[in-house]
Amino acid sequence: MGDPGAAAAGGKATRTDAADVLLDVRHLTKHFPVLGGVLQRQIGSVQAVDDVSFIVRKGETLSLVGESGCGKTTTGRSVLRLVEPTSGQILFRRDALTDEHGTEGSEMVDLMTLDKKRLKRARRDIQAIFQDPNSSLSPRMTVRQILAEPFQVHKLGGSRSEIDDHIAELLRSVGLQPEYRNRYPHQFSGGQRQRIGIARALALQPKLIVADEPVSSLDVSIQGQVLNLLEDLQQQFGLTYVFIAHDLSVVEHISDHVAVMYLGKIVELATVESLYGDPRHPYTEALLSAVPVPDPDVRRKRIILEGSVPSPIDPPSGCRFHTRCAYAQKAGRLARCSTEVPELRRVDADHWVACHYSEDLTLRPVEPTSGSG
Amino acid sequence: MTTGKALLHDRRAVIGLAIIGTFALVAILAPLLAPADPNAQPDILGTRFLAPMSSGPDGTTYWLGTDRFGRDILSRLIYGARISLTVGVLSVVVSVIVGCTVGISAAVAGGWVERVLMAATDTVLAMPRIVVLLTLVALWEPSVLLVLLVLGLTGWMGIARLARAEVKSILARPYLDAAKALGISGPRLLWRHILPNTMTPVIVAAALAVGNAITLESGLSFLGIGIPPPAPSWGSMIATGRDALVHAPWIATFPGIAIVLAVVATNLIGDSMRDALDPTTRERGETQSTIAPSR
Repeated sequence: MGDPGAAAAGGKATRTDAADVLLDVRHLTKHFPVLGGVLQRQIGSVQAVDDVSFIVRKGETLSLVGESGCGKTTTGRSVLRLVEPTSGQILFRRDALTDEHGTEGSEMVDLMTLDKKRLKRARRDIQAIFQDPNSSLSPRMTVRQILAEPFQVHKLGGSRSEIDDHIAELLRSVGLQPEYRNRYPHQFSGGQRQRIGIARALALQPKLIVADEPVSSLDVSIQGQVLNLLEDLQQQFGLTYVFIAHDLSVVEHISDHVAVMYLGKIVELATVESLYGDPRHPYTEALLSAVPVPDPDVRRKRIILEGSVPSPIDPPSGCRFHTRCAYAQKAGRLARCSTEVPELRRVDADHWVACHYSEDLTLRPVEPTSGSG
Repeated sequence: MTTGKALLHDRRAVIGLAIIGTFALVAILAPLLAPADPNAQPDILGTRFLAPMSSGPDGTTYWLGTDRFGRDILSRLIYGARISLTVGVLSVVVSVIVGCTVGISAAVAGGWVERVLMAATDTVLAMPRIVVLLTLVALWEPSVLLVLLVLGLTGWMGIARLARAEVKSILARPYLDAAKALGISGPRLLWRHILPNTMTPVIVAAALAVGNAITLESGLSFLGIGIPPPAPSWGSMIATGRDALVHAPWIATFPGIAIVLAVVATNLIGDSMRDALDPTTRERGETQSTIAPSR
C-alpha cells in the first residue's frame, strides 16, 4: 500500500535524510469493539483508525485535520500510548529517547513493544497538550502540585526548592507569573489554564508534543496568543509537534505538513503550501472552502457536502468518501470508487493523496487573500 | 482557604458541628453529667411518670421527668447518646468501607468483575432493608455490636453505586489522560488523581447516612429488636414512651428531639462539606480573582 513513511525514506536521497525522522507511524489501526446483548458480546467494531501511516521530522509540525469521528484524536492517543492500537507500528527515533541512548538495536524504537518500565521512561520524551484546559487539569491540585508531579514521578529535579525553581521557570516560559503557583486551576482564565497545561507538557523536556486541539476551546483572540506561544516554544526548545485540529484555518499558520483524515483514513498528506495551494482530494477541497476569509467583500462558494459522515462501524465500501463526493457520482467513476479502496499514493514531491481520479479533477485551492479587492 | 477553614466560615457547619460536638461530649462525659444511674429504679411506685422539673419522694429533682419504671429520663438520654452516636457513626464507617471497596473495584476493574459486583449490589439493594434487618437481628442475640454491623452491612449499596459512578466519570476525564501521559500509574493515579476527585460525594453521602443510621437504630429499638433493654437507646426510650404518650408525653418527646437534632446536625454538616471540599465553591464570599496575563 502507499506508505508515506517508506516512500519518504525511498525518496530521501533528493529531499531529506531519514536521520531527521523523529516519529514514523506505520499501518496504525485501532478498532474499538462494540458490545451488545445481555452477555456484552462483541457485535461489531468501530474502525476509528484504519491503516494510517505518516512520518514526522524533527522540529516540524504535522497537523492531523478532519471532522469529529475521523480518527485524528485516536491517532494522537495511540502515539501517546493512551489507547492500545489494534495493529501497526509507532516508531520513535532511539537517540531522541532520553534513556534509550546506549541501548542496542535499530535506530528506531517501536513504542508498541516497550515494556512498562521503558514506556514510562519514553513518556518523558513524548508529551501531550489537551483540548479542554478546564478538564485536563485536576481541579483539586494547585498549579504547583500539577507542575511538580512530572518531576516527582520521574524522580527528577532534586529537592523541593529545586523543583520550585523549575516550576517558576516553566511558568515564566509560558507567560505566567510564578507567584500564582499556589492557586487552583479554576482561578485562572481559559487561556491561562491552557498555558498551565502547556507548562506541564514542557516539564520533562520532551522531544515530541502531541497537541490535541489545543486551541479549539479557547476564544479566538486567545487562540492566536496560544498558537504563537506554541511556535515560540517550538523554536526555543526544538520541539516537534503532532497538532490535531478540526479546521484548516488554525493549522495553516503553524504546520509544516498537514494530513487530512476522513473516517479513519488519511486522504491527503502534503506540505502546507502544496495542500492549500493545490488540493488533490475532493474532501480537502470541501474543507478548504469552509476556511473563513478575513475579507467581507469576498464571496466564495462553499462546498456543502451532502449528508453526514457515515458510521465508522459500517464504513462505505471502496473509497470511504464516495458517498459524499460530488466527483464520484459522475458516470463511469462510481463503480471504481465504490468498490476499490484508493491507496495513499505519491502525486508530487511531498504530496500524497488517496483518490483514484485525483489527476482528472480540477480542484479549487484557497484563493490568495491578498488578491481580492 | 483550606477545607477546615471553609467549614468554620459556613454557619450550617458551625451549627451542625456544635450540636454533634455537644452530643459527643455528653456521650463521653456521661458518667459525670448524668444525675442518676440510667437504669436505676429507686422507688418504682413513688417516682414513676413524674413530670419534668418535679421532685421525687426523696427530694431529688427530675429535670426531664421519669418513665414508667421511675428511671430518670435525663440520665437515660445522656447515656443513650453513647449508643445512638456510636451506632450511627460506626455503622456508616462499615458501610463506607464496604461500599467504597465494592464500588471502586468495580469501576477500576471493569468488564465482568464490574458486572458481577454491581449485580450483587443491585440484588442486595432490591431486598427491603427493614426485612433484612429483622431477619439478621432475629438470627443472633441482640447487642450494640450486632446492630452496628447489621446496619453497616445493609447500608453500603448506595455508597457502592455512588463510588462506582464517580470513579467511572473520573476515569473518562482528560486530566487522567494527562496523568497517564506523564507516566503516572497504579497507586499514585488512584490516590492522587482518582480518589480526591471522587470522595466528595461519598463523604457527603456518609454524613447524611449517619442521621439515617441513628433513625434506623431507633426504629429497630422501637420495634424491640435493637439494643436490648434495659440499656438506654433513644429509640427504645421512644418505644417505652409510646404507651404513655397521652398522659406522660415527655417520655417519648425528649429522645425524639435528640434524634431530630442529631439528624439535622449531620445533614447540615454534610451539606456544608459538599461545598467546603470543592475548591471551586470553597470561596463563596471571597472575590473570584482571575489573574491577568503577563504577556
